[in-house]
Amino acid sequence: MSKIPYEVYTEEVETLSVLSPDGEIVNKEYAPKLTDDQLKELMYRMVFTRTWDERAINLGRQGRLGFYAPVSGQEATMVGSEFALDKEDFICPGYRDMPQLVWHGLPLYQAFLYSRGHQHGGEIPEGVNVLMPQIIIGAQVLHAMGIAMGYKLKKQKHVAITYTGDGGSSEGDFYEALNYAGVYKLPTIFFVQNNGYAITTPFSKQTAALSIAHKAVAAGIRGVKIDGMDVFAVIHAVQEAAERARNGEGATLIEAVTYRFRPHSLSDDTSKYRTKEEEGQWSEKDPIARLAKYLEKKGLWTEEDTVRVKEEAKAKVNEEIKKAEKTEKMTVAGLIDSMFETTPKHLEEQKADFQ
Amino acid sequence: MAQMNLKEAIRDAMRVELERDKNVVIFGEDVGNVGGVFRVTEGLQKEFGEERVFDTPLAESAIGGMALGLGIQGFRPIAEIQFVGFIFEALDQILVQAARLRFRSGGRYNAPIVFRTPFGGGVKAAELHTDSLEGLIAQTPGIKLVIPSNPYDAKGLMISAIRDNDPVFFMEHLNLYHAFRAEVPEGEYTVELGKANVVREGSDVTIITYGMMVHTSVKAAEELEKSGIKAEVIDLRTLVPLDIETIVNSIKKTNRAIVVQEAQKSAGLAAEIIAQINEEAILHLEAPVLRVAGPDTVYPFAQIEDQWLPSPARVIAAVNKVLNF
Repeated sequence: MSKIPYEVYTEEVETLSVLSPDGEIVNKEYAPKLTDDQLKELMYRMVFTRTWDERAINLGRQGRLGFYAPVSGQEATMVGSEFALDKEDFICPGYRDMPQLVWHGLPLYQAFLYSRGHQHGGEIPEGVNVLMPQIIIGAQVLHAMGIAMGYKLKKQKHVAITYTGDGGSSEGDFYEALNYAGVYKLPTIFFVQNNGYAITTPFSKQTAALSIAHKAVAAGIRGVKIDGMDVFAVIHAVQEAAERARNGEGATLIEAVTYRFRPHSLSDDTSKYRTKEEEGQWSEKDPIARLAKYLEKKGLWTEEDTVRVKEEAKAKVNEEIKKAEKTEKMTVAGLIDSMFETTPKHLEEQKADFQ
Repeated sequence: MAQMNLKEAIRDAMRVELERDKNVVIFGEDVGNVGGVFRVTEGLQKEFGEERVFDTPLAESAIGGMALGLGIQGFRPIAEIQFVGFIFEALDQILVQAARLRFRSGGRYNAPIVFRTPFGGGVKAAELHTDSLEGLIAQTPGIKLVIPSNPYDAKGLMISAIRDNDPVFFMEHLNLYHAFRAEVPEGEYTVELGKANVVREGSDVTIITYGMMVHTSVKAAEELEKSGIKAEVIDLRTLVPLDIETIVNSIKKTNRAIVVQEAQKSAGLAAEIIAQINEEAILHLEAPVLRVAGPDTVYPFAQIEDQWLPSPARVIAAVNKVLNF
């Protein structure tokens, strides 16, 4: 049977890789231009994030944190994408995206307070352009679109980036946001961390589309697919998307194929839905090991550096969790007062019951 | 002073605020060029440009999400949801995201948004165009709820809503858009959110109501007066916050009350109002407080809506019941 000439889109999209698992640059023209100091800073942040994640899981098991979504394996997408942004750019995260917020300026102890269910955790300091992690999977995708509309109306050359996962790309809100961003040509970056599972549901059951990047086509925006375990590919894709956005060329959907080494949350058992073989294959693509190899060959990083950063990170995490634990508990009265700018009379009366 | 109907008064409020504050923006489905399916925003795009008043793609959740994003960016969005039944598509953004923003950001961000939507029966509209969904909104912490009954209030309440730094859900009764004209001052004035209005004084019974039912209740009160019964009618104007003080003061005088709402009877605002009356004024009551409301069915197709909606006769019957208790 001959192929129909008006078929919409049937080609597989290529996945961009820049840094091979052996630490070699394989796609020179896409390698981000970073100074030696920037490269070391990038490595520092990735190692720090991995250590913080390991400590957070322990703190969670000790009951010193509340809800916590592990991040190991996704350091390239999380740290790398934030690294590619300017301070003024706005981040609208999903529930796993705490590292982007912290590297964008949210104090770590507030991240811990948020996990512990304390309102102050969400009291983002002035000048830090982030929202707290969103629980409703697609809601933040719309917020980034709206914030980008604000930048456009104010004629400011900043971008709003939002993160969701392969599961999030199935939400209605995701499509509405892409469509609006296309219509208004908004400076939005839709960054999908496709880690293969929406809690336990595999990607094969998430969509019949050839890729998530294809979903950009229907919205008339640019879609790209990258190796999400490759921090250079991430930085390139985000820098390019941000530059296009700042130039008025509109939104980009980036699908970054990545993997979470750990469970979805602390109450999830990966052995029920993944194999050891699969996990082993992905660990060979570890974004930190990959960057380390590259930096070691350039003489910019050693094993001792990794040990030193781990120690620094552990000390910092200890200090910040203590700060979180010492923060005065939130109160029902304070909660009531956070409903409205001026607390109405009926709430003042209800407040009296708790004082 | 100009004579305006409710629709013109709401438009005038938006015009005044667009003029006064460059951060006010209006958007929604079809609100730009044609001024909305009910022409409430007619002429505003022409006057203020496409960056201030603009059409959106047909997607209600995105309208809500864009409002939130613009609110965070320092704008004061007025987002129109074209018909009330379509708010279900946007409820996460309105009730979960906007209403919780101040709470979940520990006070760092607020959502100075007005969500406008037409609602209300008696106009033979299509399914899900007229339902009284105010109970749904009122049950959610963090959002204010306004339902005006006349052009003067509508303008003053709308200006207050736009200036409010918290999200306000503003419901406009379809049957009142063109029902009558009234004097509306030019320029700025506000009607405070959270203050009810005693529209008709009386000493025998208090009728507590809002929106279109204010007019139904006033008609009933006029009828009752012919038999010597003096009914006081309270127009709540704002349902969140609720002005219980005005209600209680009236009951102290009349000792009897009914609540009239167009919405279905159970678990609605009337039930809430009666609960608060019980808490604040039970010893002043000579009879139970009754509800006049729609029955607990889905809102009907047009054929029987006139029977379904509370009528002056049903209000009169309820008043007689509490008087003869």
